[in-house]
This record gives sequence, structure tokens and C-alpha cells, in this order.
Amino acid sequence: MSTDLNAQVAGIKDDYKYGFHESEAHYNYKSGKGLNRRTVEEISEMKSEPNWMREFRLKALDIFFQKTLPQWGGNLNDLDFQDIHYFVRATDRQGKSWDDVPAEIKRTFDKLGIPEAERKFLAGVGAQYESEVVYHSLREDLAAKGVIFTDMDTALREHTDLVKEYFATIIPVNDNKFAALNSAVWSGGSFVYIPAGVKVDIPLQAYFRINAENMGQFERTLIIVEEGAQVHYVEGCTAPVYTSESLHSAVVEIIVKKGGRCRYTTIQNWANNIYNLVTKRAVAHEDALMEWVDGNLGSRLTMKYPAVYMVGKGARAEILSIAFAGKGQHQDAGGKVVHAAPYTTSRIISKSISKNGGRSSYRGLLKVADGAYGSKSNVVCDALILDPQSRSDTYPYIEVDEDDVKIGHEASVSKIGEEQLFYLRSRGLSETEASTLIVNGFIEPLVKELPMEYAVEMNKLIELQMEGSVG
Amino acid sequence: MSRKSLRIENLHVSVEGKSILRGVNLTINQGETHALMGPNGSGKSTLSYALMGHPNYEITDGTAFLGDINLLEIEPDERAKAGLFLAFQYPTSIPGVTMANFLRHAVTNVRMPDRKEGEDLISMRDFRKELKQKMDELGMDSEFARRYLNEGFSGGEKKRAEVLQLAMLQPAFAILDETDSGLDIDAVRVVSEGVNRVAKAQGTGVLVITHYQRILNYIQPQFVHILYGGKIVENGGPELVTTLEREGYDWIRAKYPNEAQVEDELESTVLTS
Repeated sequence: MSTDLNAQVAGIKDDYKYGFHESEAHYNYKSGKGLNRRTVEEISEMKSEPNWMREFRLKALDIFFQKTLPQWGGNLNDLDFQDIHYFVRATDRQGKSWDDVPAEIKRTFDKLGIPEAERKFLAGVGAQYESEVVYHSLREDLAAKGVIFTDMDTALREHTDLVKEYFATIIPVNDNKFAALNSAVWSGGSFVYIPAGVKVDIPLQAYFRINAENMGQFERTLIIVEEGAQVHYVEGCTAPVYTSESLHSAVVEIIVKKGGRCRYTTIQNWANNIYNLVTKRAVAHEDALMEWVDGNLGSRLTMKYPAVYMVGKGARAEILSIAFAGKGQHQDAGGKVVHAAPYTTSRIISKSISKNGGRSSYRGLLKVADGAYGSKSNVVCDALILDPQSRSDTYPYIEVDEDDVKIGHEASVSKIGEEQLFYLRSRGLSETEASTLIVNGFIEPLVKELPMEYAVEMNKLIELQMEGSVG
Repeated sequence: MSRKSLRIENLHVSVEGKSILRGVNLTINQGETHALMGPNGSGKSTLSYALMGHPNYEITDGTAFLGDINLLEIEPDERAKAGLFLAFQYPTSIPGVTMANFLRHAVTNVRMPDRKEGEDLISMRDFRKELKQKMDELGMDSEFARRYLNEGFSGGEKKRAEVLQLAMLQPAFAILDETDSGLDIDAVRVVSEGVNRVAKAQGTGVLVITHYQRILNYIQPQFVHILYGGKIVENGGPELVTTLEREGYDWIRAKYPNEAQVEDELESTVLTS
């Protein structure tokens, strides 16, 4: 047992390998802590925004102050909105090549393996550092076909009409307190436009990095997939480990038009001092397919329920959710599907793992509107609990206003079996190896849906999470 | 290769506070084949679980050594690395974990006991080749390697899978816990041949736990022991099997009245393994 114990002690600090941070000496601008009208005006000024956006932000701020915190989900009592830097500009220029990115920042992305991944298997990359995107690239052939992949600030300047047409139409400002907050102080994020019929067959990736302490990151993403077009967008997130809390509150809006397909994959691995409170919603038109693949491994508290509103006949929604809650973590995740048209189909598969006192909750909504006849939905949520200190809850909400529907719902909670552990250990596997194998097996039906590179990444992250976790 | 022994002395084992084994003595040398017989609930499976280190089986007295290694002081995975193998009567299933992935971890750990966690596994190419060969020998379809471990396996497939693991791990000592139960006669033959092949090549010491003579026609023991009332009451050669087959356990019962009483007590609180 002594070797296990050593690994366990070592694991306390080494668990999270993205916990490093870089100096802020070169930073261009850092707002003071706290949030008021002046903060918002300052952000808008620094970005030289049009007046309508400034007004939009200020209106959103009023709504943010009016709205109360949600009384469900996770514990938000320690979240102090006045103890956060709302806008931090690490550099005043955006690189088109990694050589243009300041060395201190590039070093971070090198450590995260982003330039390497870009060379190997990505069609485009956006890298956000603190409040703004510091690097952006898109394969030339895609740009030539009219694909737009840029950061939201640039899009507001260069594709104003498109932004104006869709911005905040899927997630209105008053949707919830955090959507209002994001609307007031948003900065960075991705803007993706795929013209009709264009199929982007390899992924576009955005990478979000928080470096400063007490930081708030509020990226805003808008993806428009025109008729018959196709895209796979991937995002990853990490941050240094600090003792005080930071806040990540994004808004992601997606429109998938007739016959289009969009897959949005998240591998969220924030440090354990980050509140991750994100609103993600897509609208799927006739025969469109929207897929959310949502992997939540990091953060102190995540509250995130990617949603698909199926508004056109034959639209489809897939939500695959993987949550891993370790020590001091609460993953309140799940999904929302709304059937608002006939013959729409949806599937939610959620797998959660809790260990070392971690808590995971599945929270899901399935809604079928009157007139959405011939619709089908299947929801499966499985939870695996690794030790008696850990916890798992399931909150499935189902509202059906149409008779002609087929709905399936299954939920299971299992504890890691003593017999399974013993069986594997009797074949020479250590307790950690055995648990890791069982956990990987548990999520394997989901992981195999991921592209190879992300499946490997996901398994690696799970292994890191499992290291020194049992004893 | 120097021959090792598996030496069990005065072993007492309790499960949930209930005393099941009450002083078992048994020595097996590498290269030997032993059979352990006994009625239901006599403690045969308890012995195999206790030797492998199941956390629910409490050793209250006695010793068990594999060579000079004290088995009772080490974890199940270390026992496997020391050369002990148990073919389970009821192998558990592990959803999502393929046979091949699991076996590659197991084989790596057992063959390279000093490897540190996180270091490379044995080469995929060599492993696949060896696995394919062993599966062919056991008449297993190569698709088997991609199936999830014991998930949805028939009774016969599970037993074959256990013997495949035995063949891959090449232990110094193997305990086969009711490996013949649930198998038809052809399967018993194939599985037995598999065990014999490993035993011959590796000089494995084999302990066959069984109710029936059938498997012993294929895996022929030099030594036969009868476990009754938590003790080994009879030691002999193959002739003991014939006697049991002919006369059942009644004569044992008559000959060992104290153990018979223990057996009856245990019977009334039937233990499921």
C-alpha cells in the first residue's frame, strides 16, 4: 500500500497539470475589481463599439442587477461579483501566426499543445487569453468558400449585419442572471458562419485560458450554419490554480438551418477555483441536426445545460454529457430539448462520475409542445459513485403536451463494485488502475462518439483525475 | 527454474463474522495437479477467495506462502504478480472495458512487476499476436478480444475467457474454481486442454475445485483432497474421486461426525459466492 499512498500524497498537488500561470507584467489593460455602469462603458469604449452595442450592454446590466441568483443548482453564496476583474487585455494585437503572439502567452498555448494540434488535425483555431482572442487562424480554402471563423469583437466590426441579425436572438438578455451578466460585459468568444452547402469536415477549435487571479471571462459565441452546411466546433478551457475564485460565464448561441448539421464539443477542464456558469442554446430548423458533446471535468461549480429547440419538422437533437466531480467539485450539468415541431427526435445521454466527496447532478428538461406529433425522445442518465463520501442526484423534468409521441427515460446509479475491483486486482491491476479502467469503461459509450484525438484527450484527463483518488 | 510451493497451514477464515475455514492444511508444488472436492458450502470457494485476497474474507489464523512470499500480507494485485491465479466461478462483468485492453494491462503488470504506473504497456503488436494464438488454441473467435469483459457472455464463454486469462498470465499456481460448471462436454475438453497446455509449459501447480469427476478425466490430478466442515479431512490419490463418485459424501459424514455438525450449521446459513 505504501506506493499507493505516495502516489496519493503526490497527487494532491500534481492532479491538475494546467495549474501554472504566467506573469502579467506585459498586460495592456486590467480593469479594477467590481461591476457598475462605468465598468461596462469602459469595456465598450476600449473596443470602440457602435452605440447600439453599448446600449445593449447597459440595458443588460440593469437586468443583471434586477435578477436574483437561481435558488436551485449549486451553491453560489461565495461568489462575490464585486471581487472580480471584468476586463483584462493581455495584448493589444491579435496574431495571425503564432510568431505574432507575445512570448509569455504563446508559451502557455505551447504547453497546452494548441499549435501542435492545429498542425495535425484542425481547420482553424481561436485562442482566447483573459478577455480577448490573441490568435486566430482559418484554413485558406475554407475562407475562400466563404466560411467565417473569427473572434466576436472582430465580427462585430467586420460582419456587423450578420451579428446584428442574430446576436441575442437565441438567448435573450433576460433569459437568466448570468446571460444578462454576459450580455453586459461580454468580450471575445467565436463567431462562426458556414455558408449554405459548405461542409467543414475537420474541426474548428477555440481555446479559452484564464491566467489572472480573480478574473472574469465572458466570451460570447455565435454560430450560424446555413442550409445544408456542416461544422464541428470544439472548445477547451483551463486556468491556473489560485486560492480565490474566478468566474467564467459564457453565452453560446447557435442557429442550424434546414438540413444543416452542427456538432459542438466542449472539454472543460477549469481549475477547481472557477465558477463555470454558462448558457448554451441552439435552434434546429427543418431536418437539421444539432449535437452537443459536453465534457465537464474541471471547475468548482458548473451549472450548464446545453439546449436544443427543434423548431422545424424532422429536426434532431443529440446531447452527450460527461461529468466528473472530484474533491470540492459540484457538476450540475445535463441538457434541455424542446420539441416544437412535428417528427422531431432527440436523445440525451448523460454519464456522471463522483469521487472523493464530489457531487454530480443531472438536470434535464424534455419538453414536447402541442402539435409536435410523431416526435421521439430518449433520455438515459447513468451515474457512477466511487466512494461513500460522494454524491449523485438526478433531476429530470418532463413536460409533454402532445399525445402522439414516443418517450423513453432511463436512469441508473451504481457504486463502483467491490467485486469488479477485486476481479481486476486479482489480475495484477492496482486499485487506481482498476478504478480507472472501470471508469473509462463506464464512459466508453460516450467517448467512442468523439473524434479520435478528443477521445484520447478525454481518457487522459480521466486518468489524471483518477490518479491518487482512491485509497 | 527452481520449483516453488504453495503452502497453506492451519488456515482459518471468516466471512461476516462467520467461521468457514477451520484449519486448512495443503501444500502444492509447482508441476503438480491437485483436486479439491467437497459438498456445497464446505468452504471450497472460500479457500480460493481467501488465498486471492478478497476483502470480505477475514483470515483469523494460519499462514499461506507462495515460495517465500507471505501471501496474507500483500494485496490481491501483488499476489497476482507473485504468480497466483484464480479462475473465478462467477467472473464479474466490466462494461465498456474490452477483453484485449484489460488483458494488456493485466499481462503487463504480471510480467513486469517492477514497472511503475503510467509507464508503457507491453507492445501492442506482440501482445495481439500472442492473444490471437492463445484464442485460436481455445477455439475462440478473434472478435472475442473486442467484446466487453464478461459482458453478456454465456456461461461457457465466461469459463473460456477465464482460461484464456490463465494462458496469457502463465502463473506459477492456478486455482480453478468450478471451471467445469455450466460447460457441455466438448467445452470441458477444450478448456481442460487449455489448462493442461499452460501447466505443462509453465510447470504451473494446479488446484482444481470441483463437485464432479467429469473435469478430472481431462485434468488428471495426482492428489485429491476432500474439504468438509471447513477442514481437509481426506487426502489421497485419484482413487478418492472414484470412491466419492460411487458412494457420495455419506461415508465422510459418518466418519467425521464433528465436521458433519459444522457442515449442517453452515448449510442452514447458505453462503452465496
